[in-house]
Amino acid sequence: MDGELVARARRLAVRAGQPVVDLARSRTTVSVERATLRLAGLSGADPDGIPWVNRLVDAVRGDVGIGHGVALPVFHALAEDGHSDLLALAQKAASGAVRFEIPEGAAAVKARELASAGVGEGLAAVDARRVERDGMVAEIGDPPQRPWIYLIVATGDIYEDIPQAQAAARAGADVIAVIRSTGQSLLDYVPEGATREGFAGTYATGENFRLMRAALDETSRELGRYIRLTNYASGLCMPEIAALAGLNRLDMMLNDSMYGILFRDINPIRTFVDQRFSRQIHSRAGIIINTGEDNYLTTADAVEAAHTVTVSQLLNEFFAHEAGLPDELLGLGHAFEINPEVPDSFRLELAHALLARELFPDAPLKWMPPTKHMTGDVFRGYLLDGFFNLVGAMTGQGILLVGMMTEAVVTPWLSDRDLALQNVRYVMNACGGLTEDFHPPADGFIATRARTVLGEAIELLERICDDGLLEAIGVGTFGIMKRPADGGRGLDGVEEHQDGYFNPATEIMEGRA
Amino acid sequence: MSNPRIVRPYGDTTGDGMVQVSFTLPVAHDKRAEGAAAQLASKMGLDPVMVVHAKQMGTTHTFFVVYGSAKHLVNLDEVQVVERDYPLLTGKEVNDAVKENLGRKLVVVGACIGTDAHTVGIDAICNIKGFAGEKGLEYYRELRVVNLGAQVPVPDLVNRAVDEGADAVLVSQVVTQRDAHLHNTREMSAAFREAFGPQDRPLLIVGGPRFDEMMAGELGVDRIFSRGTTPGDVASYLVHALASDVKEPVG
Repeated sequence: MDGELVARARRLAVRAGQPVVDLARSRTTVSVERATLRLAGLSGADPDGIPWVNRLVDAVRGDVGIGHGVALPVFHALAEDGHSDLLALAQKAASGAVRFEIPEGAAAVKARELASAGVGEGLAAVDARRVERDGMVAEIGDPPQRPWIYLIVATGDIYEDIPQAQAAARAGADVIAVIRSTGQSLLDYVPEGATREGFAGTYATGENFRLMRAALDETSRELGRYIRLTNYASGLCMPEIAALAGLNRLDMMLNDSMYGILFRDINPIRTFVDQRFSRQIHSRAGIIINTGEDNYLTTADAVEAAHTVTVSQLLNEFFAHEAGLPDELLGLGHAFEINPEVPDSFRLELAHALLARELFPDAPLKWMPPTKHMTGDVFRGYLLDGFFNLVGAMTGQGILLVGMMTEAVVTPWLSDRDLALQNVRYVMNACGGLTEDFHPPADGFIATRARTVLGEAIELLERICDDGLLEAIGVGTFGIMKRPADGGRGLDGVEEHQDGYFNPATEIMEGRA
Repeated sequence: MSNPRIVRPYGDTTGDGMVQVSFTLPVAHDKRAEGAAAQLASKMGLDPVMVVHAKQMGTTHTFFVVYGSAKHLVNLDEVQVVERDYPLLTGKEVNDAVKENLGRKLVVVGACIGTDAHTVGIDAICNIKGFAGEKGLEYYRELRVVNLGAQVPVPDLVNRAVDEGADAVLVSQVVTQRDAHLHNTREMSAAFREAFGPQDRPLLIVGGPRFDEMMAGELGVDRIFSRGTTPGDVASYLVHALASDVKEPVG
């Protein structure tokens, strides 16, 4: 790999991403503010199931907007009216009995101090969870092999998920992902409590996180390896779910910079503001983010659009670094989605996977199995998954999502998981060390293809630098979805910072307090 | 010789009836478990039965692969199928048909109406993410999809359909308490009949897991889709109803 070319690609990603970062730094969202209140300890919901953080932020917004941040008006009201705690204040505010204002002078100083202390406690709890994880990993141990084996469970019922997750771990999974209920990404609140009903997945709630983590702690001790837990910090409540993940010691979170924009039609500006805050929390919590580049290849052609994956990985890397995430927490995504009928499809897959590996040598890359060309012919699908596993072994991927031969047929059966894990184990056992031997010649097909894709990525990044990233998203550059900056859901929840915007969480996470 | 009308499965010899099945039983692996697998296969109509593979998974389940000869025969003349009354098209065929026969993008407005907050159905059909391995309607270049999401009041849906120049309106209803899905659908179809003339009313389509596909007329809609419907089914129907070269009257 030409080092100068790689450096150029990174410089372009910084240039393309910086305007979006500037935009994110000068705005807040209802969900960022709600996440801040969650860190300050406000939880629970009213009798209709609307979380108190929503009720309180809505009340503040009605009086003074959120352009100053809710911390100042909320903690000012708390100090002035002598409420015992945020919950009492939220309840009173919900009944319309509190009038919020932006404090000035000494009152502002006091509100800042109170807010910083309150939110500081939440961040201290996040820190404590991180120390706890480090301690458990040191005591119990990591999985003996790389890639870590990543399996999905999702029944809709957290009490059904738990035994399934424990069984999956016993069968060999190192990472358990609990898929969310369809449509949660479009809810502008986080449901409360343990949930037993979901659609093709289980709701992400603080209590569900806590229950599953506790169960997997038990299983980790039983198995002698720390089982990591994954969920989704995405959708309209991305920052809040990140906060709940940090408070409940989740270990990985799906957190792509553009997925919600492209695939859920969430407003781009809302997404970038929410994303920055959520990544700051992930960084604080030591949570590995997983990015979603695999999704582009399910909509666009995996050969033609290979360079868009590289571009998105570079952008995700820049946004993540900017938010404080180090390389070892960057689970950048990519996928085995080339049509198997294409000549040399396997060599192309190898080239693309190797390119990602070489571009991001210290990141735990997440390697995603075939879905688009899984047809219902489970026998052929099993072979395809074997080849997918082989690429994973040859190119030293960090996290391997286990492919199911019944993809697109049924949600995985017990036997599907068992067969899929046998497939992974066979490949890893047979040639897990192949990455040592696999150095394709510089003038060969694979290295040439990797250079071509990198070249195309650089061209695209140059165009994005010229036109602007928001414009590029607007015209359908990624995943062929056109998402204009003023369209999509959630834009009405964004406000520009006013002079004196104050968010104690950001201050502390950015080392300013 | 004409093709046989009475058929059995084919392994490697005509008439051998050979099939292969795999399943899991909730028992640990031992001789009794294999016997149970053989007995199950025998009850499924296989004779003789060969349990060729058995593997315990965890402590309480065993996976089996079984081969055997199926005793059953099928008379092709007695096979009844419900034929779809429109052809299932590929994405490209849908796009080509719309381009050719409509000459502009076909506009689809989708929503969950009433108090129904379950957008799972409408999202599965509309969002690019799709369902069952198929991309949603947004993926089709020649369709313009406006998905209004959850809890859309009927008057808002009608107004939006007017504003967007909707060719078709897609409504998803999951909640069925006290027949809410039926009431909501009737309210919706009545509102559209009031707001539009019979010639320019958009095509009305409802979907949800508990609908009876035969009730379209009764509910005042053009088509009902039930459980298992994929975006491709809906796109193909849209072409059939709105953009096929043989134009059919709607409603």
